Amino acid sequence: MQASRTGRQDGAAALPDILRDAGIYALVALGLCVPIVSFRTELTQNSALDLVPRWAVVAGLCAAIFVLRVIQRLVLARRDARRALTPSAHQATEAVHGEPNAGQRASRLALPLFVGFALGLPLIAVLATGGLSQSRYWIDLGILILTYVMLGWGLNIVVGLAGLLDLGYVAFYAVGAYAYALLSTSFGLSFWVCLPLAGLFAALWGMLLGFPVLRLRGDYLAIVTLAFGEIIRLVLINWVDLTGGAAGISSIPRATFFGIPFTAGEDGFAARFGLSFDTMHRNVFLYYLILALALLTNAVTLRLRRLPIGRAWEALREDEIACRSLGINTTTTKLTAFALGAMFGGFAGSFFAVRQGFISPESFNFLESAIILAIVVLGGMGSQVGVAIAAIAMVGGPEMLRNLGFLRAVFGEGFDPNEYRLLLFGLAMVAMMVWRPRGLISVRVPSVALKERRAIAGSLVREGHG
Amino acid sequence: MDVFLQQLINGLTLGSIYGLIAIGYTMVFGIIGMVNFAHGDVFMVSSFIALILFLLLTTWLGLSSIALALLIVLVLTMALTALWGWAIERVAYRPLRGSFRLAPLISAIGVSIFLSNFVQVAQGARNKPTPPMLNGGFTLLDQGGYAVTLSYKQCLIMAVTAVLLLGFWYLVQRTAFGRAQRACEQDRRMAALLGIDVDRTISLTFVLGAALAAVAGVLYLLYYGVVSFSDGFVPGVKAFTAAVLGGIGSLPGAVLGGLIIGLIETFWSAYFSIEYKDVAAFSILAIVLIFMPSGILGRAEVEKV
Repeated sequence: MQASRTGRQDGAAALPDILRDAGIYALVALGLCVPIVSFRTELTQNSALDLVPRWAVVAGLCAAIFVLRVIQRLVLARRDARRALTPSAHQATEAVHGEPNAGQRASRLALPLFVGFALGLPLIAVLATGGLSQSRYWIDLGILILTYVMLGWGLNIVVGLAGLLDLGYVAFYAVGAYAYALLSTSFGLSFWVCLPLAGLFAALWGMLLGFPVLRLRGDYLAIVTLAFGEIIRLVLINWVDLTGGAAGISSIPRATFFGIPFTAGEDGFAARFGLSFDTMHRNVFLYYLILALALLTNAVTLRLRRLPIGRAWEALREDEIACRSLGINTTTTKLTAFALGAMFGGFAGSFFAVRQGFISPESFNFLESAIILAIVVLGGMGSQVGVAIAAIAMVGGPEMLRNLGFLRAVFGEGFDPNEYRLLLFGLAMVAMMVWRPRGLISVRVPSVALKERRAIAGSLVREGHG
Repeated sequence: MDVFLQQLINGLTLGSIYGLIAIGYTMVFGIIGMVNFAHGDVFMVSSFIALILFLLLTTWLGLSSIALALLIVLVLTMALTALWGWAIERVAYRPLRGSFRLAPLISAIGVSIFLSNFVQVAQGARNKPTPPMLNGGFTLLDQGGYAVTLSYKQCLIMAVTAVLLLGFWYLVQRTAFGRAQRACEQDRRMAALLGIDVDRTISLTFVLGAALAAVAGVLYLLYYGVVSFSDGFVPGVKAFTAAVLGGIGSLPGAVLGGLIIGLIETFWSAYFSIEYKDVAAFSILAIVLIFMPSGILGRAEVEKV
């Protein structure tokens, strides 16, 4: 530290120091790997365990840690040296004004850009891959990402705006999915009737679960919502008569184009509109459906932020005690946030059910909640654009791993990059938090201002413990 | 009566394991105010370490005495898991100290996802059984064909838990480290002003929590004889429930809460339905937090404006 602060030439002199430090890291890595990586337990024929030593993997891991640490130290030393050269006063002003303005400009431009790109994606995909059926992968990926964008925007109302930490959001997603699945399979209701009903059910559940936890804050609230999410999942697994248990519900009616089914028959979508039949029509329709739902969520959120209720949410996030002393009814404020967030989760859930045609409780486990929360926090708690970027990074990034087949040439035939998807996902979550604890877009622009809207850097916002 | 007695024994055994994990939650929450979400997965990792060490000692090195093997496994697993706890704190939590309040929680969730998938990649997704050991036990009561037994495993689990808790109690109440730890819990800044190395104390807290989780991991492996990469989440949440129930920040509370959760779970399974035992545990968490947020032995939080 001492050496790096005084200048760049000292950075080189500290190389033995860096190497020693990296050596310690490698040693720790060795200690961590010793039994758990170095020996793999293999089940034998008579269901006993056999140990297979794998010291080469351990050596590789330790070497990788060593190299990464050396690189990290060198980069850090250079950054410190550059910081030391610039006057500290500049840094202070940068924190207050420089960053927000850039962020503000970026976020103003980003939303129309995103919407434009999202609207054109099927066309781009078809042109780039050279055919409707070849573009299937990209359109499906778009649907997946947009589902998470929508879920992120829905949860953003609860976590980002109202500041209520919800780790069980997936419960409402599940309620929406099961509401559509059960209503359509038992009563034959169409998707467009079920969609608002599913939203209503989810909102009702949001209120039901929100009511008992009104007094809780912060981490406690997070854990209770986690417990609620798990309870709903366990009930879905065990209430076999209603939900089909762990086997789930299959053959859920597929989406129709406002009543016109996507079939090859006479009154199918293709025949009615004079197109040649292609199963991809349904996927493109689903893509635009989820895009519309996501944009609806965004529009409602942006409008609500300007209404008294939205301002009350944001006030609640910043300081609950001040809120109460100003006469804001925190009960209704919290409950509306829970209910609205849950409603959008329910919409997304019924979309999920209609897209998959099959749902089971395993789709609604805690990991999903964690991913959605990570998207919101990484996006910057309350920033709509940030959530969209984070959803693309968190969902699209791991998806890219599927395409890394060439790594097999490096690591051998048995290597499957897909296995490492969640492992890297967890690491990325930690790295993102260490790198930007306040998320990608941490700037706050007040929804309502007296004269001019001035952005506030995230580091200047003190959040209460709501 | 005999069913009740048997379930009481089973519940206390399970509760001891939960209590040991709960201490890690309660200490970390007490000192830095964060829910160390990855603690359940640290417990799972320790179980795997214990399994591999046990196999190494018995099949590769040919150690014939099970008792000696278990002792060595226990000590080594505690040490190696403590290293995991230390490394996790160093990499994932320390850079976030004094940061935005949600950041450590998200980071901890990331560590939790990482650990379970790390073990899945390193050891495979299938359940790993241990060779049967320490079979048999005492028959306490035998009437009408239903024998109430206290197996050697259960004896061992309760004895190890009791001894370790006594040692731990001594450590926290009577040693310099314990004083530093309690001081940091009350007021970190003031403790630093009085010359306590706060970072070191926090590191040691994580190390101790992980070591106790390792004991729980070894005992869990011994008791159930099988472990898989996904075994960290549910015991972790239940142990956290135990910590909250006993009053978070309170060490005797964590053990008491663990025992209560263990008892509720076994009695629920025995008298109501085994499918809904986790629902029962999670519902208790919600009910306790809603009606009694400071727990049984915890101090009520004072709201300062």
